[in-house]
Amino acid sequence: MNILVILIPMALAMGALGLGAFLWSIKSRQFEDIEGASWRVILDDDDLPDEAKR
Amino acid sequence: MSTVLPRPDNRDFSHYLTPAPEDRVRMDFVVDGIHCAACAARIERAFAQEPELSVARVNLTEKRLTVEWNDAKQVDPPQVLARLEALGFTGYPFRVAEREASEKAEEQRLIRALGVAGFAMMNIMLLSVSVWSGNETGLSREARDFFHWISALIALPTAAYSGRPFFDSAIRSLKARAVNMDVPISLGILLALGISVWETTHSGEHAYFDGAVMLIFFLLIGRVLDQMMMRKTRAVASNLAALRAETVTRILPDGTLKEVAAATVEPGQLVLVRPGERIGVDGLIERGTSDIDQSLVTGETAHQAVQPGMDVHAGTMNLSGTLEIRVRHAAASTLLARIEALLAHATEKRAGYVRLADRAARAYAPVVHTAAALTFIGWMLWGLSWQSALLISVTVLIITCPCALGLAIPAVQVVASGAMFRRSILLHAGDALERLAEVDTVVFDKTGTLTLPEPVIANRKEIPDRLLTIAGRLALSSRHPLAVAIAKAGGADNPFRDVRETPGQGLEAEDSRVKIRLGSPAFCGAEAEAKAVSLAYPEASLIAMRCETDVAVFAIRQPLRADARATIEMLKGLGLSVEILSGDREIPVASVAKTLGIEHWQASIEPGGKVARLEELRAQGRKVLMVGDGINDAPALAAAHVSISPVSATDLAQAQADLLVMGASLAPVADAIRIARKARRLMTQNLWLAVIYNAIAVPIAIAGLATPFVAAIAMSGSSLIVTTNAMRARFAEGNS
Repeated sequence: MNILVILIPMALAMGALGLGAFLWSIKSRQFEDIEGASWRVILDDDDLPDEAKR
Repeated sequence: MSTVLPRPDNRDFSHYLTPAPEDRVRMDFVVDGIHCAACAARIERAFAQEPELSVARVNLTEKRLTVEWNDAKQVDPPQVLARLEALGFTGYPFRVAEREASEKAEEQRLIRALGVAGFAMMNIMLLSVSVWSGNETGLSREARDFFHWISALIALPTAAYSGRPFFDSAIRSLKARAVNMDVPISLGILLALGISVWETTHSGEHAYFDGAVMLIFFLLIGRVLDQMMMRKTRAVASNLAALRAETVTRILPDGTLKEVAAATVEPGQLVLVRPGERIGVDGLIERGTSDIDQSLVTGETAHQAVQPGMDVHAGTMNLSGTLEIRVRHAAASTLLARIEALLAHATEKRAGYVRLADRAARAYAPVVHTAAALTFIGWMLWGLSWQSALLISVTVLIITCPCALGLAIPAVQVVASGAMFRRSILLHAGDALERLAEVDTVVFDKTGTLTLPEPVIANRKEIPDRLLTIAGRLALSSRHPLAVAIAKAGGADNPFRDVRETPGQGLEAEDSRVKIRLGSPAFCGAEAEAKAVSLAYPEASLIAMRCETDVAVFAIRQPLRADARATIEMLKGLGLSVEILSGDREIPVASVAKTLGIEHWQASIEPGGKVARLEELRAQGRKVLMVGDGINDAPALAAAHVSISPVSATDLAQAQADLLVMGASLAPVADAIRIARKARRLMTQNLWLAVIYNAIAVPIAIAGLATPFVAAIAMSGSSLIVTTNAMRARFAEGNS
């Protein structure tokens, strides 16, 4: 049972990491233009303007 | 830049500029013509080459472009507009309304809460499953307590953060001495958490942390989807407002002209309105005479002559002469003051409507709470200790906690408003669906609602093509809306040279020594012919033309929407009675009513009269849908049980309407009612599903057999069932 002392914090840490990533993605406005984002992925264009600028 | 188009640059954009980080200046544009990702990419790529812009990003969902200039000195909105035009798009300056900004913030808050709840739910479930299986296979008591403590450590802060939307709403509702759905939800969450903490501290077997957090998570999904749909709808609505480009031309004290946003004009300032422009302000005419078309304001289609000293209203169209108007305070104008008083009255009356969900909550809460109390008393009499009896009665409350009930209505709302969005209907308020479903009478305004806002030639077939072509060429030289209609019908694109315009009379030109005139029948010496035409088309405005001895008289009127008749028939087929209430004269209203087969109609009605008629109908127990677009319709829109405006409507009307219909078609009105009825049916079904679920779950809980495992299964199962059922609102095709 002692293994729990390691496993549970590990599980929690991984969950928290996911949550952190999610909150970060909201903060960086990734949910503002859901339609556009879905297309940006497949647009065959390496030099999309704002990647170059930011 | 070589692509800059010539454009008068006296426009003032300061209203639209907002500061951005690092001294940058930001401005938003609504872009008309973006349809796909390729358009968006093309725009972004083009703007990427501009050195003075630090950011240019297209939001495809909202069809907007955001640009940021490096610093204030480089700000140049006209160049952005010109650049867009060169790419084949039309840009309109846009300012994010405060309300929209706060809605966006609310949505972000909900998504964050959802994320936190999701994280918590997964982790607690991990622990809970261990406990459940451990209970069967001999998990040590210490290990179970340890798991429960960790669950509590996650669940309590999560509930405090993610449960806020429900708690806040419940408190608000209780303060107003009412019960809404969030009251039993909040109570359920708090009880589940409370009893779980008690169990944990007493190293008990049953903790409901997973159930409480799962409840929050499921309900938040409903809220987030609802909010997203609403925001999408509102974004479209405010884009349309920007497309109408509410700008006015100010006359500065030194006599120069400047084009500014209508919202920035202040009382006492002077504005210039040219012929063919819509008047953007309420005010007093200071100089100039003209005719104005007031159809958007009063519903009256006959034009009114105006002169200095007369009041004009925002939304009217200036037809023939240039006007200088002194801006008045909105409330100072008599018509608007009267309409605002009517509005305040009407809005007050409607506040009495109770949403279906809240009605369900009011019926549900007492039953469940009584059941819980009886359970407690029953087990006490049976001889159980008061702690155990209390524990069982609280599980009754937890298991009946309206997870399914909380989702039953929002889920349908989201799906139905999505279905409406695809049919060009924008839903302003969620509960409008329920109200729309109850409607049994539809009252239409005529002008701009049953008819289209742009006039066309009614007697096109009676006019020789040759004359129409000539008239069209001549009409190209005027911005008068009637002339525009003739020019469009004539299909001409080469105007005559040396056209003289006599204000208020008409146009004159000479082509190979032939004199051509276009204008009022008197101006063209065509009174006799005009009389004959006016008998055939009593409701139309007449424009005559003379070319030597050839004379033609055009009867011009606002045409009925193409599918108006079919829509009225469809509405009647749905069992609704239809009426017209118009501010226009009797003759045109009667002719429209006859064409559409509507028996009940009233003409020349004042705004107050429309409200009075609606109240009369209400007194008869009717539920009325009002469809209207004018300023004069606004009080009636607010007074009706539910209301719809076309997007061409005035701002005041749109603000009062529960739904907006886009495009030239009237059919969405019938579609909206059909979808709403189907949605309403699904809502009721869902509520019954929730009742059935309770009928099964409550006896189990009363018997004391509801373990946290049973609760978790029951909650997720019932939520899935009602959500799946709600999806059926997508398919509201055909007759329902």
